[in-house]
Amino acid sequence: MFAIARKLRGAGILGLNERNADYIMRLNPRRLFPLVDDKVQTKKLALEAGMAVPDLYGIIANQGEVRTFAKIVGERDSFVIKPARGSGGDGILVVTGRSQRRRDSYRLSSGVVVSEGEILHHISNTVGGQYSLSGTRDKALIEYCVHFDPTFAEVSYQGVPDIRVVVYRGYPAMAMVRLPTRASDGKANLHQGAVGAGVDLQTGETLNGVLENKVVDEHPDTGALVAGLRIPRWDFILESAARGYDVTGLGYLGVDMVIDRDRGPLILEMNARPGLNIQIANSAGLASRIARIEEDYNTSATPAERAAWAKQAFPAPG
Amino acid sequence: MKQRYVYVLAALLTIVGLSVFTYKWQVLGFPLGEDQETPVWTVESAISFDSGPGSIKVQLHVPTLTPGFRMLNENSVSRGYGFSLNYGSGGREAQWAIRRADGEQTIYYRISVYEDDSVDQSDTTPPFPPPPVIDEPFKTAVDVLVSDVRDHSADTASFTTELLRRVNDRSPDPNVELLMAGVDSNADFVSVVTTILAAARIPARMVRGFPLSGRQRSAALVAWLEVHDGDQWLYFNPATGEESFPDRFLVWWRGNEPLVNVEGGSNVEVGFAIQQNHLDAVAIAETQAAQRGTSAVDFSLYSLPIQTQAVYSVLLMIPVGALIMVVMRNLIGIDAFGTFMPVLIALAFRETKLLWGVVLFTLLVALGLSIRFLLDRLRLLLVPRLSAVLIVVVMLMLFISLTSHRLGMETGLSVALFPMVIIAMTIERMSVVWEERGAADAMRAGLGSLVVAIAAYIFMGMPWLEHLVFTFPELLLVILALVVLAGRYTGYRLTELRRFKALSTD
Repeated sequence: MFAIARKLRGAGILGLNERNADYIMRLNPRRLFPLVDDKVQTKKLALEAGMAVPDLYGIIANQGEVRTFAKIVGERDSFVIKPARGSGGDGILVVTGRSQRRRDSYRLSSGVVVSEGEILHHISNTVGGQYSLSGTRDKALIEYCVHFDPTFAEVSYQGVPDIRVVVYRGYPAMAMVRLPTRASDGKANLHQGAVGAGVDLQTGETLNGVLENKVVDEHPDTGALVAGLRIPRWDFILESAARGYDVTGLGYLGVDMVIDRDRGPLILEMNARPGLNIQIANSAGLASRIARIEEDYNTSATPAERAAWAKQAFPAPG
Repeated sequence: MKQRYVYVLAALLTIVGLSVFTYKWQVLGFPLGEDQETPVWTVESAISFDSGPGSIKVQLHVPTLTPGFRMLNENSVSRGYGFSLNYGSGGREAQWAIRRADGEQTIYYRISVYEDDSVDQSDTTPPFPPPPVIDEPFKTAVDVLVSDVRDHSADTASFTTELLRRVNDRSPDPNVELLMAGVDSNADFVSVVTTILAAARIPARMVRGFPLSGRQRSAALVAWLEVHDGDQWLYFNPATGEESFPDRFLVWWRGNEPLVNVEGGSNVEVGFAIQQNHLDAVAIAETQAAQRGTSAVDFSLYSLPIQTQAVYSVLLMIPVGALIMVVMRNLIGIDAFGTFMPVLIALAFRETKLLWGVVLFTLLVALGLSIRFLLDRLRLLLVPRLSAVLIVVVMLMLFISLTSHRLGMETGLSVALFPMVIIAMTIERMSVVWEERGAADAMRAGLGSLVVAIAAYIFMGMPWLEHLVFTFPELLLVILALVVLAGRYTGYRLTELRRFKALSTD
């Protein structure tokens, strides 16, 4: 037992207690949490900083506004409904089309067709706070549904894969691609059963994947190889992630991005408590990378410089 | 730097907690174990006499210095007499006085003592006694005996032993025979020995008391010999010369003075009765602390009304449960619903007992969960839905109680002790997790909650732990220190070792 702990310590693996006590509590002041916990605010901040985000169609802030849903959606066929203060991807509904016979029936990313009533109930629940972090009242966002880039078509089951970059005090420290599976219901969240694949920061190429804490090299549904895919516009993605620090002020930050077929990388959300599975996906420890960043830390570096530094500092092992 | 503050704070809390604890334990004698009882002896002396025509004054020697025993309390029962305690040459004296009394009178004096090895003879060193004035021919007999014994001894102790051997000899020499001629009681015998010792310039005195053992209707006083060797008092058995003290010997008074002195009365009789009973060690410690004027007892939970005590004996276990929660969550890393839900469930387990608790809890959650899924189809808003689940939980509890009562299983009635709001929230959380993350995750967290609750129950149900925390609430400071330390524990959780195992291979 202690032998394993020693080995993990040697490999620079970050544990939950250490993450919470040494990084989140030290580097992420409580008052900054609302900036990233509330997706409406995150979107506003990112837009002000000139970063690309999915378009916001409308916000439903209370029960009375739930019926304005149809008006917000208008004639659009695809959109995403998400709780403003949701956590871990819970409560996100991806609508990819409408029933051919009835305009008020919607097809979800999973292929299931649901009625407008069911969607309204979901929005009510969201507004009531079912998915919010603290169970308090919430808002529902209705926004642009990303048309994902063909790069990951082979290794995604429905849903949209996204790219998570963990940024330490402005420096990208580690990245992974999260690939939806049948088990994850098209959602790109590891604990829901999505596959996470590490990314070589230097090249933007994917490494082996991890599923439920185990290393995999094929996508469980499509059978395609997970490793060796080159993420387009990698430099831009790294730089955007690094900029997330300047926008939010959070020293230990997870930046989630998606690549849209037409609009390129978009910032989906930011996270003040990024999980630790990224270490398994990369077969590398966050603690050792953070130590490396601390060594060369330069307060006055620009996001682009920090991204460039991370590229050369953290090539894939082997 | 923060780390150091944490250590300092934890150390401070631990030191304060443990030192108050040690003081109460070692000095005040609060018992560590539960239900610890200390034997307490009550010695009652009854003085009866026929009253004379005038005023009456009764003096009785009462225990003053009692090596090996500590006094719990003393009192006197007398009708119409004025009572006072004074210090005389032989120690404390109780005195009763009355202007007029008719017929036979009885006065009671009662003292309760318990064993305490820390009580020592704390007498001052006596001066060398003046040579006693003895008439001839006794003087010569004493002088010969003393010089003879001196030749056969090395120090005070051996002198005394040798002297006692000679005076107890079956065929005594003529000197001894002469000295002991008028002796007809044990006390007289010891009295003569002290006189001989005084002639040898050795401070000695007679001690009288009782060997305490069980229950005695009429206890007889035993005379013992006390000799000072310049450093301390030594005790000798006057009949054998052995240097010893009888087992559990309660010293009543010292010196040659009579036990009781009654002025204005006749036919004086003094009887002693001894009774042994057991008293809760906590009560004794409290009495003792009160005698010392310590404020530790003013803040003791035992001073609260019994009902409040019962509440606190449960409430004080919650910090223990919280500590278990911290260990399970941050050190072991078990998933559970709600921060303190398992502790509250564990509290309910205390009443239902473990097996039934687990059965009832599982039953309640399973039934509640299935009804919650039915409710889901109605698409209720969040708060009404939560309320609906709560009402269903209450009805389920009622149903379980009634059914089990029908079946003759009274344990089922205790289901009412479960914190229903907490259960309703658990059901709601569990159903959300079920929907969002699948049945496996929901079951895992549900099971985790149960495991933590069982662990908390096991610790919170330990009677000695409950006694310890209740008697020494300052130990909560130590628990606080542990929790604070755990709050800065940045090592791996036990479950993380498994989670990251794949990364430890090189």
